[in-house]
Amino acid sequence: MILSTKIVKRSKPVILLLLLLPSMLWSTMFVQGNLGINPIEKLMDELGQMALRLIILTLIISSLSQYEFLRSLQNIRRMIGLTAFYYVVCHFLTYIALDHFFNWKFIVKDIVKRPFITFGFINFILFLPLVLTSTNAIVKKITFKIWKKIHYLIYLIAPLAVLHFYLLTKADKTEPLIYLGIILLLLLWRFYYKILRK
Amino acid sequence: MKIFGSEITPYKKYLTRRQFIQSSIATSIATTLPSNLYAAHEKQNNQYSDQLSQNDSLNTYEEITTYNNFYEFGTGKSDPSNFSNKFKPRPWSISVEGLVTKPGMIDLEDLISNFTIEDRVYRLRCVEAWSMVIPWQGFPLKDLIKKVEPLSDAKYIEFETVYRPEEMPGQKRKIISFYVPWPYTEGLRLDEGLHPLTILSTGLFGHDLLNQNGAPLRLVVPWKYGFKSIKSIVAIRFLKEQPKTSWSLINPSEYAFYSNVNPNVDHPRWTQATERRIGEFLRRPTLMFNGYEEEVSYLYKNMDLTKHY
Repeated sequence: MILSTKIVKRSKPVILLLLLLPSMLWSTMFVQGNLGINPIEKLMDELGQMALRLIILTLIISSLSQYEFLRSLQNIRRMIGLTAFYYVVCHFLTYIALDHFFNWKFIVKDIVKRPFITFGFINFILFLPLVLTSTNAIVKKITFKIWKKIHYLIYLIAPLAVLHFYLLTKADKTEPLIYLGIILLLLLWRFYYKILRK
Repeated sequence: MKIFGSEITPYKKYLTRRQFIQSSIATSIATTLPSNLYAAHEKQNNQYSDQLSQNDSLNTYEEITTYNNFYEFGTGKSDPSNFSNKFKPRPWSISVEGLVTKPGMIDLEDLISNFTIEDRVYRLRCVEAWSMVIPWQGFPLKDLIKKVEPLSDAKYIEFETVYRPEEMPGQKRKIISFYVPWPYTEGLRLDEGLHPLTILSTGLFGHDLLNQNGAPLRLVVPWKYGFKSIKSIVAIRFLKEQPKTSWSLINPSEYAFYSNVNPNVDHPRWTQATERRIGEFLRRPTLMFNGYEEEVSYLYKNMDLTKHY
């Protein structure tokens, strides 16, 4: 059984909707006042964690699509990567607009001084080249080889995202460590696969 | 009922013009949001209004009892209210130990009947940069200290939270840190414990403390970060040397013994210059000693507060 490209491509709108749904849900709950006692913190946490999960999802898809019968999954990887960036932007905007209400002086100081925010910001910057090279036209222009090199950045972005989460966690670091474990397993898997093929 | 100087003195005007414009925009945003999101908390016409300072309003009972840090019940903010129903705060007794003339077990009911329970409206500032205003009931810790008569050697007080993994799901594993065992401990210098602002609380909003708030007896030290105000106390020890406290063992560079609220000493994880008052949209500037500078700064007169943070 091969997962056909046709099916994957056809389900793209549904998948996109599903990926965006949580953000719509949380913003509705936020406006309605149903996001708990400290809604800004809650919104920021949820958006950030969703971004991390989607980043990891792109890695999972890359690994899975190495298998012939799942190759078609490659067709949704870009979309998931871009939705991950969408959540990163929402997360960052929540921090700027809701948490610190455009207090730029304060925000800049916060980014420079607090390591976990520094790493979050670096990750946002590292994401930009990936987003900017995400259309077919650009991939053609810069060649697939260069595109591929640029997109290796995801191997830096994923662990940095976990580090960002790990550093802000005050106690009980189980959750960020689970994410780290998943990333390491995926990397091992990919490494193993490459050697086996050779 | 005692009214403190700082509670009456008008709050410093800290808004510059720019911030004022910013805040009026923010207010208009905040008021377009539904009232249950950023509620204007009750300020006047409540029995605690005479203890409220001008710029404060009380947080709601719901906010105070469902947004808690009490890792013995889990690290999530709603874990303490969700997972503390098995905990039995009565019967209860406190063990007084160490350098005192009258050590021993004190039954909670005896303790409460011996002292006058007072209302104390305090700001609570968490090290995570959020804050609340809470109407506590309790008695000054100094009443208890005087009753047990510390020896002249006693310079510090150590407090210990109860250890009951069967009733406190967070204690089933080393949730705060894999190298720091339960129970949670905290400490004060003896003169901090004797300060009239320091209380042992038994209730809030006129109710007995709920489990998530540290039932049946907790410390409240309003000029220090919230984690110093240890909950569900079973032991009070008088010591010569400064005790090791849980958070200072977990991460000494971030949490020190004193942990006085201080907007000028940065924390690597959270800014301490501002805070979000729960229920408000704009952050507020954090006040030195959480606004209790006038009352407590003499305790630290000759100390370098950037070193002893």
